[in-house]
Amino acid sequence: MSVTNEFMNNEIQPSFFKQLNVFDWVFAALLVVGSIYAFQKYSHLMDSYEVGILFGTAISFIAIGWIWKPARALMFYVALISLFAINLYGTDLAAAENNFFLKFLFSAQSATMWMSALFVMATVAYFIELFSANEFTGKVATAMTWAATAMGFIGLLVRWRETYLHGIDIGHIPVSNLYEVFILFAIITALIYLYYEKLYETRSLGAFVLLVITAAVAFLLWYHFEKDASEIKPLVPALQSYWMKIHVPANFVGYGAFALAAMIGVAYIIKDAALKRNPQGLVALRLPSLDMMDDVMHKSIALGFAFFTIATVLGAMWAAEAWGGYWSWDPKETWALIVWLNYAAWLHMRLMKGLRGTPLAWWAVIGLFVTLFAFLGVNMFLAGLHSYGEL
Amino acid sequence: MNKVNKKHSRLSIVLEFFGSMNLAITILVAIAFASVIGTVLQQNQPYNDYIIKFGPFWHEVFQSIGLYNIYGALWFLGLLVFLVLSTSVCIYRNAPVMLRDMKQFRLNVKEKSLRLMSNSQSWTTDKNSEEVEKNLQYFLKLKGFRVRIKEHENHKVIAGMKGAWNRSGYIFTHVGIVVLCIGSFLDGGFGLTIKEWTGRIIPETRDIRADQVPATARLKPDESLSFRGSISLPEGSSSNLVFLNIRDGYLVQELPFAIELKDFRIEHYASGMPKSFESDLIIHDDQLEEPLVQTISVNHPLIYRGYALYQASFGDGGSNLSLLAWPFNSKKIQTLEVKVAVNGKRSLDTLAGKYTLEVDDFKMFNIFPNSKEEKAETGKRFKNFGPSFTFKMRDASGAAKEYHNYMLPVTQNERRFYLTGMRGSVAESFRYLHIPVDKNDGLDRFMTFHALLNDAVKVRRIAEASVKSAMREVSKVDKKLQKDVVTSMMNLLTLFNQGGYAAIDEDILKKVPKDRQVNVAQAYVKILHNLLQNTYLVLLKKEGIATKEGVSAEDSFFFEDAITALAGIGAYGSPVYFQLAEFKHRESSGIQITRHPGQNIFYLGCLMLIVGIFMMFYISYQRVWLIVKPEGEKLVITFAGSGNRNQRDFAEEFKKLASKVEEFTS
Ligand code: HEM
Repeated sequence: MSVTNEFMNNEIQPSFFKQLNVFDWVFAALLVVGSIYAFQKYSHLMDSYEVGILFGTAISFIAIGWIWKPARALMFYVALISLFAINLYGTDLAAAENNFFLKFLFSAQSATMWMSALFVMATVAYFIELFSANEFTGKVATAMTWAATAMGFIGLLVRWRETYLHGIDIGHIPVSNLYEVFILFAIITALIYLYYEKLYETRSLGAFVLLVITAAVAFLLWYHFEKDASEIKPLVPALQSYWMKIHVPANFVGYGAFALAAMIGVAYIIKDAALKRNPQGLVALRLPSLDMMDDVMHKSIALGFAFFTIATVLGAMWAAEAWGGYWSWDPKETWALIVWLNYAAWLHMRLMKGLRGTPLAWWAVIGLFVTLFAFLGVNMFLAGLHSYGEL
Repeated sequence: MNKVNKKHSRLSIVLEFFGSMNLAITILVAIAFASVIGTVLQQNQPYNDYIIKFGPFWHEVFQSIGLYNIYGALWFLGLLVFLVLSTSVCIYRNAPVMLRDMKQFRLNVKEKSLRLMSNSQSWTTDKNSEEVEKNLQYFLKLKGFRVRIKEHENHKVIAGMKGAWNRSGYIFTHVGIVVLCIGSFLDGGFGLTIKEWTGRIIPETRDIRADQVPATARLKPDESLSFRGSISLPEGSSSNLVFLNIRDGYLVQELPFAIELKDFRIEHYASGMPKSFESDLIIHDDQLEEPLVQTISVNHPLIYRGYALYQASFGDGGSNLSLLAWPFNSKKIQTLEVKVAVNGKRSLDTLAGKYTLEVDDFKMFNIFPNSKEEKAETGKRFKNFGPSFTFKMRDASGAAKEYHNYMLPVTQNERRFYLTGMRGSVAESFRYLHIPVDKNDGLDRFMTFHALLNDAVKVRRIAEASVKSAMREVSKVDKKLQKDVVTSMMNLLTLFNQGGYAAIDEDILKKVPKDRQVNVAQAYVKILHNLLQNTYLVLLKKEGIATKEGVSAEDSFFFEDAITALAGIGAYGSPVYFQLAEFKHRESSGIQITRHPGQNIFYLGCLMLIVGIFMMFYISYQRVWLIVKPEGEKLVITFAGSGNRNQRDFAEEFKKLASKVEEFTS
């Protein structure tokens, strides 16, 4: 009896809060202090919704950091470097040209360039790892992806400050045009990938996922150099709303997760074909099991679907405030619905009809094209109310 | 008895059909497909555009199946209704199952069925049954399971369940969808569609005053449950009528209160881009003790009595313009002051007969992006050309041309001009006449030059003088030749005055043999320019400018620009040039007014949907069963479990659980 008691006591799981260590609490305290500081310093510029968003963000970040420990380090370094860069700027935009650190590393533009370069290098490294199974290369690839993500966040945060240096009335969160949201897309997709990489302890999907990020980076660079898209512009009246701060990021969690699922779909299809042709071939051996990819694909679509639903509802609420109706069948809105219905059908087929395997993988890939059209195509080809970036 | 059964089965077939997953997916795909068409084919455009695009036959077809207003088409409504029905039936059939799943522990499971489950394990132990049961319960509770026990004849079942909320996620999600659809049906304006179908309302298509709109196109204050319309209020005016656009017509919706626009403002960024649009409104309502004063702007509507008022657009509300009409083709400069309001008309007697001036619009700012060079030079991304107005000049026959005049001179290539654009129809873009300004940024010099060129007597004198002096240099005086040259000079000038270079070209094409046309044209231009130059020198002399040493660069630029402008006057087509001398700006604000009583129902549905989705995805529903059966001296323990989400994750978890259970029971 006493043996069992001891045994049982070992099985008693400490509550979630008891499992947190000192770092977790320091991390949370820093976020709380930081957001109170931001509130004190900038509350005169915020409306009550924005105050809510500030503290809501702090709480969500604490939660993310507690659940997924590596995120703490990311937040820490991003905050540290961003504050450093902002401090270097002072009140003078010209510092971007004169100061060494800003010019070559941490101005929004430089950081974004570093992000781009690191993502491309990480893609190459992941491919090498995929074929060589070299552990060290894999670690380098992961490290570069983390670094790229950090640089992307730093770029966005510093850019946020830069918009204010352009003029207090020009300042806005940098999720207001296609250039800015492409950065957001790249880093969110990378983050979701990194989460699953750790969870499933496999790097062989990195090559596929980073491929879609590299495509985004290629677009970003083209957009930057050909169209001068990185220039900071003031917001048109329709975008001046706190809704933008939550609607856009929520959408991009959705887009990122769908993109991830699609790339895993590609890997799935390749592995499936390789298994049929030569089960002992390199591709068949190096890619993770079909079972596992099927699982990640599903989880990723579920995550994307949940956030995309929130984003669409937030969009409807914003529309109700800006355009006079929560649903106007505006092309962007309508395509969001199409994307949503598509994945709802996907989920039903999988969960209710028990559909598995290549059909679902193909469907996820097609889903990416539908998503891509909602995200880019609508802006390029269809007229509508969304004043959001045109090419 | 039989009858009832039959009925029952028929009902269940219908339910089976409506609640089937295949139907649900078909509807989802159909709605998605229809939505695609609705975004690719621009909706609710004027019918004429469609006829041009598709031709009359397909236009007819497309119109009859409602492709131009898909989201208002009855078949689309039908799809949505089907979706709601299907989802409701699905809930009706599945919800009881889900609720049962949440409550029932299935304590009557048979050992055989446990062994058949994919996550299942079995072993024997010689521990005492009471202790094992107690520990099992304790353990499962530790692991977060709710536990029930049932004693059977020769064995005991211990059942555990956790994450039961996952099951209600299904209910939340699907009820949420039904609720949000109902909310949006309330707001879909289908009441109007039905009234239109039954002929109780007929949209008005004529462009008439609101008070003349017949009762069949009018809606009383609370007649429509939901609508979306707009109203354009000039500053200082008030109205209680909203216009609802219906295809190529409109309805007039009365409001239970009146809206007055006190002031409308646009603010700009330093770069010139618009920063905000704001309207100061006053709501007059008998229910209010005193009028409600409120400012609305983009993203900040006013919600009043269930009506929402949005800042949507802006325009001119009848600005008063005071114009100075400069006559063209007259030897006397006699300007006329004309007062007119935007959207107003005035008849004018001109040298070319009676005209009607119709002013269509006035704009306070004209902001254009700067080219790369301009940006480098000025450091600004935009330039502002200042106020402008557009108007038509309609002649006695009713034909009209449209004009666009700027109030202030504009700098181009370091020279300054008054710009006035002309076009023959809306389909064209404006072609601009660049009238050069004098030192005082005025029109006087140009107009004086123009008048002088139209004064035949004076110009002839100049022509004669110049011909004389030219010929004196060359040869003996030939009176007849002199006279001929002067006459042809004057003819050329007349042609030029009437129609610019084009008129001269036309004359040459008519009168001169083909092989000599080019030479003649060159000679003519030389002769004409000689006369124009000499006339210009006379003008300069009159202004007191010495020309002996040559003409200053500035004055010669002016000459070049003036000639270009003069050559364009013929084609310009208006007998006068209107200079905007003064204006009193009166703006109008476009306010969108909507009524959406279903909005909160819609939001409630959305909330349920989101809550439900998170429950389904992120609460893992797991159940386990243990059968403890004595067999001789020993106990046989069978352990099995099922999870409804990620099978892979659950299999792992089950393995861990099972090994722990096995460890402490054996
Ligand atoms: C408006 C149309 C519908 C939408 C957008 C929708 C949406 C969803 C979503 C998002 C899920 C979650 C996926 C999952 O994790 O299982 C789900 C599950 C489900 N849906 Fe639907 N649904 C719709 C209509 C229907 C209909 C008509 C049926 C009836 C046949 C149905 C039956 C189910 C069932 C049985 C589940 C799984 C519940 C569970 O066991 O977890 N759905 N639905």
